[in-house]
Amino acid sequence: MIQSLTDEAIQKNGASVGVLNTASSETNRYNYQFGFLDEYAKKEVRRTLLKAVAIPGYQVPYASREMPIARGFGTGGLQITLSLIGSNEILKVIDQGSDDSVNAVNIRKFVATTCPGVTLTRQTAEATLIQSRHRIPEKRLKFGQILVLQVPYPDPLVVVEPSEEKRKIMHGDGDYARLWVKLYEDMVKFKEITISHRYPTRINGFYVIDPSPIPRFDVPKLHQAEALCLFGAGREKKIYAVPPYTDAEPLSFSDIPFRVEDFTDEQGNRRTCQRCGSMTSFLNELIDSKGAKVYQCSDSNYCDSQLGDQK
Amino acid sequence: MGYIAIKGGETAIGQAQELLEFLRTHSFTANPLSLDQIQHQLHFLHSRVLSEGGLYHPELASLAIKQSMGDTLEAAFYLRAYRSTRPRLSETPLQGGKNMRLIRRISAAFKDIPGGQMLGPTSDYLQRLFRFELLDESPEQFRKIAKSWLQETPKEALPTTFPKVLESLRQEGLLPSVSECPNRPFDITREPIVFPVTRSAALATMARAETGSILAIAYSNMRGYGDIHPTVAELRVGYLPVQMPHLVTGELIEVGEILMTECEVVAMYDAEPNQNTPTFGLGYGACFGHNEVKAIAMAILDRALQKGMKHSPDHPSEDPEFVLLHIDGIESMGFASHYKLPHYVTFQSDLDRLRSTQNQSR
Repeated sequence: MIQSLTDEAIQKNGASVGVLNTASSETNRYNYQFGFLDEYAKKEVRRTLLKAVAIPGYQVPYASREMPIARGFGTGGLQITLSLIGSNEILKVIDQGSDDSVNAVNIRKFVATTCPGVTLTRQTAEATLIQSRHRIPEKRLKFGQILVLQVPYPDPLVVVEPSEEKRKIMHGDGDYARLWVKLYEDMVKFKEITISHRYPTRINGFYVIDPSPIPRFDVPKLHQAEALCLFGAGREKKIYAVPPYTDAEPLSFSDIPFRVEDFTDEQGNRRTCQRCGSMTSFLNELIDSKGAKVYQCSDSNYCDSQLGDQK
Repeated sequence: MGYIAIKGGETAIGQAQELLEFLRTHSFTANPLSLDQIQHQLHFLHSRVLSEGGLYHPELASLAIKQSMGDTLEAAFYLRAYRSTRPRLSETPLQGGKNMRLIRRISAAFKDIPGGQMLGPTSDYLQRLFRFELLDESPEQFRKIAKSWLQETPKEALPTTFPKVLESLRQEGLLPSVSECPNRPFDITREPIVFPVTRSAALATMARAETGSILAIAYSNMRGYGDIHPTVAELRVGYLPVQMPHLVTGELIEVGEILMTECEVVAMYDAEPNQNTPTFGLGYGACFGHNEVKAIAMAILDRALQKGMKHSPDHPSEDPEFVLLHIDGIESMGFASHYKLPHYVTFQSDLDRLRSTQNQSR
């Protein structure tokens, strides 16, 4: 099943990137190499990653190359993936939790075309490298797995300070006072903390990160995670990391605990996935063909495997 | 039961691509655009893409325009993405605009300049009236125009280089003396930009800026959100030789030339605390291709940014972060487009917060 996914992707993409497969002498002049990026670029990204792992939560600036997918579509994550990937890697790409979301399909096709030999999978458990946008898989990641998250806004301070130069100083001083004030003002104005996703999270007791637009539901998965979590912001040109077994604590007050998305219904029961029946997963709210509101797992591989277990 | 939320992406993407290809190729004449037609008949579009793409490759710039169906943002994006696959193998020595083989040079500061004004191919004084005869042109007409133009070319050769207007101003002591370039130029494609940045990094960023974006910010300065009040000392368009050390002898040899636009503006003087005699300020703009408006906008912003770097910025156009982080077309168009991607998860999260807050206020 894995192999067919690769072949299919390469076959379908063959026409649009003819230079790769039809190596006529004319097109060969502009051939693309394994992993698309030039080797110096990959080396720079890997060096940046080492620094990011060494200083958990610190946003390491890097030059960030333009990728053949648009800025905002995961160019930061893709540069990390392409810098780490070798032909022995097993890659999973998801967007909104799903392997079949348009952007995930597109990125997977791109990797299949430019990294021949790489194995593609939908199974969270067997992937060695997972690139994701907006979700951390439901299935707990294991030591040795690498999760690459795509990041639009690397800096949690951007909501209180637009200047990058000033924010850098604030991070250096560990000065997150204005962020705390924002949380406090939320309580005063709305009796709720209004930050829905991208919840500011303190890493290893010092730097506060923007954990990328994952829901609050996924933030606790970063805490003491077994897997290495890498964050790539291509447009903003920053890379940061939460290494395995590192503390990751969402900012909260002692009397106002951090809370994840609430999936209880009017009667106080936990909503379930109408497809697999899961009572613990992050749910997408949908309107079905009859106009009724239904709920379904956002993580498609998790949902599929729950269904498989029941059979 | 299928996965109703987000399924079928693969087929949809494939078919959308085919549909776009149909849109590109369907026409009554079924005449594919040649790369040569794009480079020459769409000279300014081609120039714009070369400069915003930040890669001097006229052939691939034409292909990018063809593939992107004339979308300047997309076309520049193709060049940029291709650039990411190329290593930086060597650096050329610094080169001044003085060595350009000119096709055009003008000065708005003086009526007569050493070497003379040279209007060259410009649309400045065109009356924007339609030439309806162009509705139906033939290759014969193209050849006729070329033949008559080339016959009238004067026999005596033009000088290969012209003196810079700034040189005479400098001799009069109206400009600050040239300081040696302190460091190697900052390569924004290989080093991260961390603020505060050097002028070199600012210039490199502006050189491949999106024309409309850089113009809008420069225009804000011209209108009153700033007070640079520039005079174009010299604007030149021409071919700049590119030199590389010979592989064996190490001697510099010319390996080619690139079409460039260069603009130098002189701005009203500032009171400088550590300077006895006040002098005019300078702004510099340069980019690949023939892009005069962009070069002028860049020169104005260079001057504005120097002011902002020295004192604190009073206007957006004087703020290096504001200017440099918002003028790149590849980045701004990418991020604007990304809003079209699915945001189901974050929106679900937003719904949760809003409903919870609504409950609190009831």
